[in-house]
Amino acid sequence: MTTRHTLTLNDTAYETTFTRKFAHRKPYAPKDPKLLTAIIPGLILDLLVGPGDPVRRGQSLLVLEAMKMQNHIAAPEGGIIKAFLVAPGDMVTKGQLLVEFE
Amino acid sequence: MSLPKKMKDHAAKHAEATEPHPEAARKQAAQGKLQARERITAILDGDSFHEYDLFVEHKCSDFGMEKKQLPGDGVITGTGTILGHPVAIFAQDFTVAGGSLGLAHARKITKIMDHAIKLGIPLIGINDSGGARIQEGVNSLAGYGEIFYRNTLASGVIPQISIILGPCAGGAVYSPALTDFVFVVDKISKMFITGPEVIRTVLGEEISMEALGGARVQAELSGNAHFFAPNEAECFEQVKRLVTYIPWNNRKKADPIEPAPPQGQLGLEQIIPAESNKPYDVRDVLRAVCDSSDFMEVQALWAANIVVGFARMNGRTVGMIANQPMVLAGVLDVDSSDKAARFIRFCDAFNIPLVTFVDLPGYLPGVDQEHAGVIRHGAKLLYAYSEASVPKITVILRKAYGGGYIAMCSRHLGADFVFAWPCAEIAVMGPEGAANIIFKGEIAAAADPEAFRKEKVREYTEKFASPHVAAANGHVDAVIAPHQTRDFLLHALAISEHKAELRPDRKHGVPPF
Repeated sequence: MTTRHTLTLNDTAYETTFTRKFAHRKPYAPKDPKLLTAIIPGLILDLLVGPGDPVRRGQSLLVLEAMKMQNHIAAPEGGIIKAFLVAPGDMVTKGQLLVEFE
Repeated sequence: MSLPKKMKDHAAKHAEATEPHPEAARKQAAQGKLQARERITAILDGDSFHEYDLFVEHKCSDFGMEKKQLPGDGVITGTGTILGHPVAIFAQDFTVAGGSLGLAHARKITKIMDHAIKLGIPLIGINDSGGARIQEGVNSLAGYGEIFYRNTLASGVIPQISIILGPCAGGAVYSPALTDFVFVVDKISKMFITGPEVIRTVLGEEISMEALGGARVQAELSGNAHFFAPNEAECFEQVKRLVTYIPWNNRKKADPIEPAPPQGQLGLEQIIPAESNKPYDVRDVLRAVCDSSDFMEVQALWAANIVVGFARMNGRTVGMIANQPMVLAGVLDVDSSDKAARFIRFCDAFNIPLVTFVDLPGYLPGVDQEHAGVIRHGAKLLYAYSEASVPKITVILRKAYGGGYIAMCSRHLGADFVFAWPCAEIAVMGPEGAANIIFKGEIAAAADPEAFRKEKVREYTEKFASPHVAAANGHVDAVIAPHQTRDFLLHALAISEHKAELRPDRKHGVPPF
């Protein structure tokens, strides 16, 4: 039924089994500052800037409608837009890539 | 009108109110579900059910509701007994307007809840409802709120049991969440705050009801459910068994039964491997110690790295908590701390002594754990153990390292008795890790680093990987042979029977919820 696994804690390897939740946990990946992802699933209503545009920190980049709210998604830092990975009318899931910066 | 005529009239009215709508009843049966009334009689002792408020009617006159007569307003309430134990019970009837909850329906439930609190008897709720009766608007919401309020007032006063036998969605699911034990049945129970349809239209995510909030999900992944059964009949057997383990209310102790010795064929010495990194099933230890080897595990599928449940010692109910080396090496983490803390609080509220078995390497490292708040959740366990004033007895089986040693009902959190087996290792961490840190420089500088390291690991093991340093400091009361465990526990429990521990006055504590 359950497979044997090894869990190492403080340099000791313990023979044990894993829970389904533990076995399926996502490895941590640090946030890439060049990529902007969706904080909530929803519908892309509008893109407010275009590829190649310079933007300043806090400037609205796009409108993401979720839970009946039109959320203006702002640039986390100033920079230049390399590409939009979504278009108006797209449904996006949480964590989906929206914008790439140069 | 003569009495016989009135009685005939009444019988006709009664039959009309209790006769299920044939089409709705057929649909219910087609899903493998029993009728609400059948469920009640299946749980209670034969002929013990006494029904109240059968003729309660709703007062809604909007959206054509004035023309609709709903027998019992979609919920059956009453009292009865389970193996002689009195209980108050309600069952939502999906065949009446989808078991939807309006104000009259809710007021029937709150009335039986008020009875249960006043009478000091357990409350059992069977949930099978489409949700709020939308025609009743805010009155339906009011009904839910009044139920939640009573669930909270009754918490820690009477045991509350929820059985999910159909959909239980949206606000409705917060009543079970506020109760002590939630029972689910495979393919029948569906619990969620927002269903697949809403998730699809609002968020564009596709998921089935089963994958979102089915019985297995709630019992294994979310931890919302405590008991999982493959069908309704087995679920009812679990409910009956649980009722025998718990008291009627917080002023009583659970009814004792005839004491019986453990049935285990396996001696305790044979269960635990000598090497502390080898796994075993800690439930074998619990069964080898308790009466009749009869252990009722709670939340068996969720956070299986800790085992919690009810057993009896000398005929009296105890709550057992044990690290499970067979799963995730028995570590403490977010879920296992949460699970054990909740169980401890139930036992403490209902006068059930706690027996803790310790064998853990510590807390689970990981970004996911830290970001999920293992600090806050781990603290729940410290809080629950420290706050509990029922008899607390701890047996250290093997490893008790670091923060895990403290958290697992150590003397320092107020354990009344702490026993340790001779193979117990009570230390800040395992010998490998400790030697690698203490002798880091010397190991690197040694002519043969690996041989030097091994030597230091051996030294540390000899000095600290034993119960004797802890015993010399009085942190452990007695080092006992495994076969003496039951005897020491029976004695400790017997002399703790009238334990009283005064605490400073307060309205309530502020646990790290």
